[in-house]
Amino acid sequence: MTRTATAATRTAARTRWLQDNGVYVAVGVLLLFNVLFTANFLTVGNFTTQLVQAAPVLIVALGMALVIGTEGVDLSVGAVMAMAAAIIPLYLGAGPFMAIVMALVVGVLAGAFNGFLVARVGIQPIVATLALLVGGRGLALVIADGQLVQLHDPAFLALGTDSVAGVPISVLIAGLLALVVAALMNRTTFGRQVVAVGGNRKAATLAGLPVNRVLIGVYALSGALAAVAGVLATSRLGASDPADMGLLMELSAITAVVVGGTPLTGGKVRVLGTVFGVVLMQLVRATLIKHNLPDSIAQMIQAAIIIAAVYVARERR
Amino acid sequence: MMTAERPTVVQKTAARTKVLQRQGAAVALVLMVAVSWLVFPRFGSIDNMRDLALQGAFLVVIALGMTFVIITGGIDLSVGSVYALGGVLAAWGSQYGFLVALVLPLVVCGLIGLVNGLLIARTNMAPFIVTLASLLFARGLLLVITDEGATTYQIPADSAFVELGRGTVSGFGYPIFIAAVLCVVGGAVLNRTGFGQNVFATGGAEQSAILMGVPIARTKVLVYTMSGTLAGLAGALTAAYLQSGVTVIGVGLELDAIAVVVIGGTLLTGGMGTVLGTVIGVGLIKVIQNVINQIGTLDSNYQSVVSGVFLLIVVVLQRILRR
Repeated sequence: MTRTATAATRTAARTRWLQDNGVYVAVGVLLLFNVLFTANFLTVGNFTTQLVQAAPVLIVALGMALVIGTEGVDLSVGAVMAMAAAIIPLYLGAGPFMAIVMALVVGVLAGAFNGFLVARVGIQPIVATLALLVGGRGLALVIADGQLVQLHDPAFLALGTDSVAGVPISVLIAGLLALVVAALMNRTTFGRQVVAVGGNRKAATLAGLPVNRVLIGVYALSGALAAVAGVLATSRLGASDPADMGLLMELSAITAVVVGGTPLTGGKVRVLGTVFGVVLMQLVRATLIKHNLPDSIAQMIQAAIIIAAVYVARERR
Repeated sequence: MMTAERPTVVQKTAARTKVLQRQGAAVALVLMVAVSWLVFPRFGSIDNMRDLALQGAFLVVIALGMTFVIITGGIDLSVGSVYALGGVLAAWGSQYGFLVALVLPLVVCGLIGLVNGLLIARTNMAPFIVTLASLLFARGLLLVITDEGATTYQIPADSAFVELGRGTVSGFGYPIFIAAVLCVVGGAVLNRTGFGQNVFATGGAEQSAILMGVPIARTKVLVYTMSGTLAGLAGALTAAYLQSGVTVIGVGLELDAIAVVVIGGTLLTGGMGTVLGTVIGVGLIKVIQNVINQIGTLDSNYQSVVSGVFLLIVVVLQRILRR
């Protein structure tokens, strides 16, 4: 009797360990595979390319992780990126600083609007942010008159192309933001409130937490981070392209967050897991491309990874 | 005692609210059509009505499946990809005759829906994430069939399958009638059959439904299979209409489908909704798009802005009325 019990406990513990650390194991395995079997993988150039591509996704995914932690979801992040992209050429005449600030302001306002709908009006997050997903890109295209605008401001373009001590600026910013969000979640009252609201909103309300303020803050932060990603991606592209900027970004970000072990049911935010989730999805893509597997197979494997990750992390009945 | 004799003010207001909530979209549609008719002379023309109905028909077929899924408290993000896949399969299959062109997309897309349903019902994974994965999978499968999107299969213009998409009865395309029949059947299934009752019970209160012996798992598997099959059918009809399997269509279509279902008064929390509401939701979105096209000077990007604002107004109103 005792022996079977221990066996069961051991299996449970093993499952639990896999639930918590699966994403790190997967990244480790993939890295090892690439080091052994992929030509030119262990080069600085390759790492830089991969990280630069992953940076905007990571920035958006950080905000998404917080939103998902409150048992919400933000479908509007791609549209907010497009709005940020459309704003930049309008204010670039007043200097790159002004343009970036205005893009961020738009992101914060868009996010706060989402948060207002979710917290105050009581609309489900999917629908509330769906409205901005539908309307936001249209608005961005109306602002830009449907045009792609080439940008020539050297200081603004440097943001996307320059490096500091060999590390691209966008990667630095993404890393820094990950640290800030991690600190926010682990060391501040706000972080605890986010988890409390996501875990049990009613209890959080009864405990006297400022639930509405927390929700609005989280969505505003998600909007702001999406705008940052939009600014960086626009700078790297060298053009404002609201038609394509951030297209389907909401799906990439949600995937990374979920694969990283943050449950869609809220109450838990894993910042490091999210970082590794982004890295994992980027690594998968890169591995498949480097081994000349076509995009079709790449997409199907991504689908399988999502299912596997969620299957491992699912709550037992 | 008083309340028994005559409805109180509160009850009256509640009843009125209920009517508004139920019929709000219908009232808005009637108003929109009436105003458009008066302001834009071309809007009321029979040609425009035919266009409008045909454009709406494809979306109605997809949104019908989505309505069932959402009533069970789920969501199906894969329909846009599955729709595109259905079109490509139909176009590829048309070289082997009418039956293959029609049945192949229904079977394959139905299977994708079945897998969605099984994963959701049997493993307790979130519908959002399962169907997000199958969104990627279906797109990947489509790319495999089309040599990474390089091949667009054409349907021979003289094939009987093209007739399915392009044939007309006094100018109105066959897809309109197919969509209409499906909606009548769908409405009847939802409101008049045990399966329909199970759909409502699943979305209303899953725990109570389990205790009452409602076959939750089977109901979920069925609605996702239905949603996949209908999306495949819509894709096949679109391919027949366009005479080719266009590979790039359907991106973001799942969101349009969700939006029209929500506008039609079906709650995303499940347990409530109507097929008629969904049809009205499609009508509203298509009329808005049509009117913006009539105002020639407005650029077409306003379509999505207006759609977004409209969706917002509807959900805010629904929310306020429910209080």
